[in-house]
Amino acid sequence: MNTLQKVRFVGKPIVFLLCLAPALIAVGDALNITGQLSANPVEDLLDRFGNWGIRLIVITLAVTPLRRITGWNWLARFRRMLGLFTFFYVLMHFLVWLLLDRALAVDPAFEWAMVWEDLTERPFITIGFVALLLLTALAATSTTAMRRRMGRAWNKLHYSAYAIGILGVWHYWWQVKKDTSDAWIYAVILAILLGLRIAWRWRQRNT
Amino acid sequence: MLIKKPADIRPSEITSHTNYLNRRQFIRAGSIAGASALAGPAFAAVVPTGDRAELADVAESELSTSEAPNSYEDITTYNNYYEFGTGKEDPYRNAQDFEPRPWSITIDGHAEKTGTFDFDDFMKPFDLEERIYRMRCVEAWSMVIPWVGVSLADVVKHYQPTSKARYVAFETLHDPTRMPGQRRRVLKWPYQEGLTIAEATHPLTILAVGLYGEVLPNQNGAPIRLVVPWKYGFKGIKGIVRISFTEREPPVSWNIAAPHEYGFYANVNPEVDHPRWSQSSERRIGSGLFAPRIPTRMFNGYADQVAHLYDGLDLRKNY
Repeated sequence: MNTLQKVRFVGKPIVFLLCLAPALIAVGDALNITGQLSANPVEDLLDRFGNWGIRLIVITLAVTPLRRITGWNWLARFRRMLGLFTFFYVLMHFLVWLLLDRALAVDPAFEWAMVWEDLTERPFITIGFVALLLLTALAATSTTAMRRRMGRAWNKLHYSAYAIGILGVWHYWWQVKKDTSDAWIYAVILAILLGLRIAWRWRQRNT
Repeated sequence: MLIKKPADIRPSEITSHTNYLNRRQFIRAGSIAGASALAGPAFAAVVPTGDRAELADVAESELSTSEAPNSYEDITTYNNYYEFGTGKEDPYRNAQDFEPRPWSITIDGHAEKTGTFDFDDFMKPFDLEERIYRMRCVEAWSMVIPWVGVSLADVVKHYQPTSKARYVAFETLHDPTRMPGQRRRVLKWPYQEGLTIAEATHPLTILAVGLYGEVLPNQNGAPIRLVVPWKYGFKGIKGIVRISFTEREPPVSWNIAAPHEYGFYANVNPEVDHPRWSQSSERRIGSGLFAPRIPTRMFNGYADQVAHLYDGLDLRKNY
């Protein structure tokens, strides 16, 4: 097998299963098969999907710097799958919040009003929602055909992956009650990844 | 007649449930015996040591809610106790080896009787009561918890505060070797809390030493903690080692940490939102994945008993 075949027939299936595993475990835990959710199951699911959304956007943004450092150009072939899994987990995070945490209610009108209030008046929810909208645009334009059709505009649009990373970490940092240590770890990794790109671009321009 | 086949029930379920029922009957029998003795001598509150040891002579209380309590498992595996970590399951994981004995409590400040007392001596003058209370966390989740404790009003009276005592301040043990969460400065240690003297002597306010008729588990604040059911859960300071009678409003930990988010009063109030999230509804723990949130009630449903304490006070400013 050449490198391309290895990526397609070995690498991608493995990465696919690894990315899907947290979701499968979450469903398994909800059904008391693989384990169980915490005493606050809705919050538990919300946290799990949200955490994997953050981890995957950081991993996705790490692909290109890692490729440049190692010279392993085949890494780029995983970028779309990682990006789409980011979208999947963030969407699940949003749906758990919308459907399980908010919409199911004695008085649905009351809760829909609350959803709107949260989206518009709670800044950390607003920025999370903006990140989801951007991710939706990226996911919708992620096919090879779309990339070809959009030309240079595609690259511009997909630069917003950085914005999504920043909004995601910000959203995470802002909702923590006090212990922001995990949020800081993501923020530092994100800063390093963005810093590397800025440094490379700056050097490119000056040589 | 419907008889359940033994195979339908896991052994663990039988044990815990029957144990629970026995316990309830035991408590009830105790309270009836206590009531029939009428003018008999008051029981000395004895808090045994050890895991899940039963408390004796626990009276029932009219102040208990009739709502179904959360399971022992929910109450003991999901809570906040930053001294043992900031995750909700950290207290359960990290407090198992904590030794709540020997333990002493210092009473100081504006009172006739002050000093440092061994925990068992401290407890002796008071009667144990079961108080089943709603507990509303500032994070918008809630539980119903069958505490066992003593009336804080009785404790306050016992130490005879002077007219200068307008507040009661509390402090948690500060010992990073035993409380691993204190090795990181997430909050300013030791944890501090406070009440006005009127709040402290309100009949609903208790110092809890038990849960479900048994000794208070370490993760829930052993050996002794505060429970103020109309306030957000963080007012319920755990592992208390000092009670002070003060003239001025004492500093409280969460207010020090984030003054614009947490005030001194911290009364449950659906109309005053946390700056970052709504307080108008809450998620009742144990209601399952598909249960709706429930509306949060003013003073956590204890408004009839406590609203008068705050007459003329702007609750929006004094959050």
